[in-house]
Amino acid sequence: MNPDTTTAFAAEGIRVPSGARLLHGWFATGRATDLTEHLTRYGPAPVTTAPSSLADAVEQAGLTGRGGAGFPTGRKLRTVAAQRGPAVVIANGMESEPASRKDETLLSLVPHLVLDGAVLAATAAGANTVHLCLPRTRAEQARRLTRAVDERRHAGLDPVDIRVHALPHHFVSSEETALVNWLNGGGAKPMSTPPRPFEKGVGKRPTFIANVETLAHVALIARYGPDWFRELGSPQAPGTTLVTLSGAIRSPGVYEVPMGSPVGQALAAGGGPTRRLGAVLAGGFFGSWLPVPLDPAAPARGAGVLVALPEDACGLAETAAALAYLGSQSAQQCGPCMFGVPSVAEDFAELAWGRPGAALLERLNRRLGLLPGRGACRHPDGAARLATSALQVFADDVHQHVRYGPCSHAHDPLVLSVPDARPPAEKEWR
Amino acid sequence: MNREQELSIDFAACDGHGLCAELLPERIGLDEWGYPVLRDAAIPSALTDHARRAAAACPVLALRLTSAARGARRAAPRH
Repeated sequence: MNPDTTTAFAAEGIRVPSGARLLHGWFATGRATDLTEHLTRYGPAPVTTAPSSLADAVEQAGLTGRGGAGFPTGRKLRTVAAQRGPAVVIANGMESEPASRKDETLLSLVPHLVLDGAVLAATAAGANTVHLCLPRTRAEQARRLTRAVDERRHAGLDPVDIRVHALPHHFVSSEETALVNWLNGGGAKPMSTPPRPFEKGVGKRPTFIANVETLAHVALIARYGPDWFRELGSPQAPGTTLVTLSGAIRSPGVYEVPMGSPVGQALAAGGGPTRRLGAVLAGGFFGSWLPVPLDPAAPARGAGVLVALPEDACGLAETAAALAYLGSQSAQQCGPCMFGVPSVAEDFAELAWGRPGAALLERLNRRLGLLPGRGACRHPDGAARLATSALQVFADDVHQHVRYGPCSHAHDPLVLSVPDARPPAEKEWR
Repeated sequence: MNREQELSIDFAACDGHGLCAELLPERIGLDEWGYPVLRDAAIPSALTDHARRAAAACPVLALRLTSAARGARRAAPRH
């Protein structure tokens, strides 16, 4: 049963694009896949496979995390499996990146692929519990996933217990140690390591955490094998990945593309740009700006988010707005972050909309240098990366703003969808 | 035998008391908000005593001295 064959599953007249694996069901039927249809198309998850064979298959497939960090999944599974005592699996569906919709979409269209993957990961890692973590802002999705889990329980599908949780939705709450913290009764705030979750996580047990898309790929690899997985993508970056396209794109949305696809090709999946572009934000608010013309060889890295910025938008204003949001989202645990990120945001706001001078640039650069590596998590690092890439890619605009003040587009409505820069109250972390 | 040790800072625990910078200015400075900037995590044997004193002096035990990792250094030191 080859899931790439259009004839096997597609309804009459519907062409399933080649390379649609996670989104196969969506293209074939035009709707979300319920449990009956999921079992008809894929059969039950092969949970009786020996745990080490599953970890082997995932490792040979070369699957890497689809949550942004890109860590080899097979190795992560093995590391947790090698720890003493029963483990725990966390399926990370939080997707706190404002410009990303892929996890929400995946959970909506093929929840049972995600759940299969989580259960398979549990058997491979020696875990007896799966915690699916979703943000409270997607309460309806959490309810639907709870019903999906109940359906599976009644069908006796899963050898492990699956629990669905609705957590605070803050930007840093999707971080691995934040999930562990919350599940242990604390706030959804990152924790210092050691110990790392793989050693001691939920209930002090070895904990395997994976993005929901990563788990969906596990569900397919377990059925079709590593060679099948490697039929798309490249040897260094195998398989497919979901990307969220937004900004000046003909058809914004979520697309499935081969891993390692050059940025231009990923944008083409969404019909390409609607106007001439000035830059592309790759990796969302935690990523970096790419200059145009796009390097034809450079692949899209990061958590599968691409925002196409038209050339008449002000990249400095967009970045200043994003930084203000990031500054408001500090967990307020680490001095360099809670003071450093908002200060960099203020400096950038001055650069975008004020009367910046050489002294401002010097201060901004100094402060940026002090953000990386000085926190319990990588929030300050991400903010520094975004700001630094903006100063490089929009260097001409920096010159113009320093000489003449805000450009004529600095106050245009933003291309980026930036949430309110409101710091959460202490009780909102729980 | 590798006698080198390295310093690390737990920034979630750190409250910016600044004693570390006073006791080990060879390695630790303070940023504009009073939080430690670790210029170089490596502690040669000549600095071990000073580093140990600095770690012991931290009121919240945010400064840690551990054996340096054997083999290649990490590309991006956490400081």
